[in-house]
Amino acid sequence: MLQMFADYVAYTLFGLLPDSHLGAAVDFFIYDTIKIFLMLGTIIFLVSLIRSFFPPERTKKILSRKREYVGNIMAALLGIVTPFCSCSAVPVFIGFVESGVPLGVTFSFLISSPMVNEVALIMLWGMFGWQIAAIYITTGITVAIVGGLVIGKLKLEHLVEGYVYDIKMGETELAALTWRERVEYAWEYVVDILKKVWPYVIIGIAIGGAMHGYAPADFLVKYAGKDNLLAVPLAVLIGVPLYSNAAGIIPIVHVLMEKGMALGTVLAFMMAVTALSLPEMIILRKVLKPKLLGIFVGIMTVAIIFVGYLFNGILA
Amino acid sequence: MNIKILGSGCSNCAKLEKVVREAVADLGVVVEIEKVQDVAKIMSYGVMSTPALVIDEVVKLVGKVPNRARAVEILKQALPQ
Repeated sequence: MLQMFADYVAYTLFGLLPDSHLGAAVDFFIYDTIKIFLMLGTIIFLVSLIRSFFPPERTKKILSRKREYVGNIMAALLGIVTPFCSCSAVPVFIGFVESGVPLGVTFSFLISSPMVNEVALIMLWGMFGWQIAAIYITTGITVAIVGGLVIGKLKLEHLVEGYVYDIKMGETELAALTWRERVEYAWEYVVDILKKVWPYVIIGIAIGGAMHGYAPADFLVKYAGKDNLLAVPLAVLIGVPLYSNAAGIIPIVHVLMEKGMALGTVLAFMMAVTALSLPEMIILRKVLKPKLLGIFVGIMTVAIIFVGYLFNGILA
Repeated sequence: MNIKILGSGCSNCAKLEKVVREAVADLGVVVEIEKVQDVAKIMSYGVMSTPALVIDEVVKLVGKVPNRARAVEILKQALPQ
């Protein structure tokens, strides 16, 4: 259906030749744009609907009774369904610690929440297929569980800013939402996210489309193929400052992969973009002493690079 | 009536304040609007996601910005009869 529509616009409406570079690029652009926006709309809506059942106040209550291991696993999973924006990272962190959620479990949540980012996930699904999206979620959750466990074992409670322990949290009972409110909330969220990401998505797909038609095959094998060991750390390094643009970067990465970039490198890059963002580090600095922030970034970097090598190795 | 906007300077907090001010103007009521940016104070209301709206010390909204009509509705409900 979509393909027919894209073909019609590119070849009949614009009169481009199907076997020309320009024709193929335009066709690819129209098809991908419609497909990605349809997926973004539908899935963000469903995810937001689920999220309306898990406000952080509730997640905190669930986690406060959990110990290590079980707690880490639950925190990593709840990180997916609890709505979280980095602007709330400070109150969420304090709330967790205050209600007795162990530090390592709190970190499992803090890692998983931004990493399993729904926009990034849908883009991966749309451009690479559901298998890659599933691999991405699974490794993301694993990194969150392991990262949190390691931080828990290191006993770093003294590296949390002292004032955090002095804060007393109040209790508030919010009325349960009606279904109408949940649907409204989900719909508003879809509009909100799409408003923010649409230019990046379109620019990304356009660049991807252009490269699809023009860049020679195998052009990246030499630089970003599995045999270049530096590709993974380099991808991580490039990924850190690219926070909010995850949506626009994936179409470009998709074409890079077609031209020879290795899958592990792609996964490492995506994880660095979503989980290691500069703005979030700056916000977390308010509750973590520099040393703990450094340890956190260090563990994440090592874990992400490891995932990159692992997948490049498996698929070699 | 005392209205507090809880939030430490995120863009949605500014949006919430704007919507609340518009709603107050729509209703033509006299209220006191305070911005609470201190994390300890925000958390004393049991709130973990910002922005949040507190009217006369009761938490009315957490982690979202209502539209103007909804804000008017919330304010109306909180008005002394």
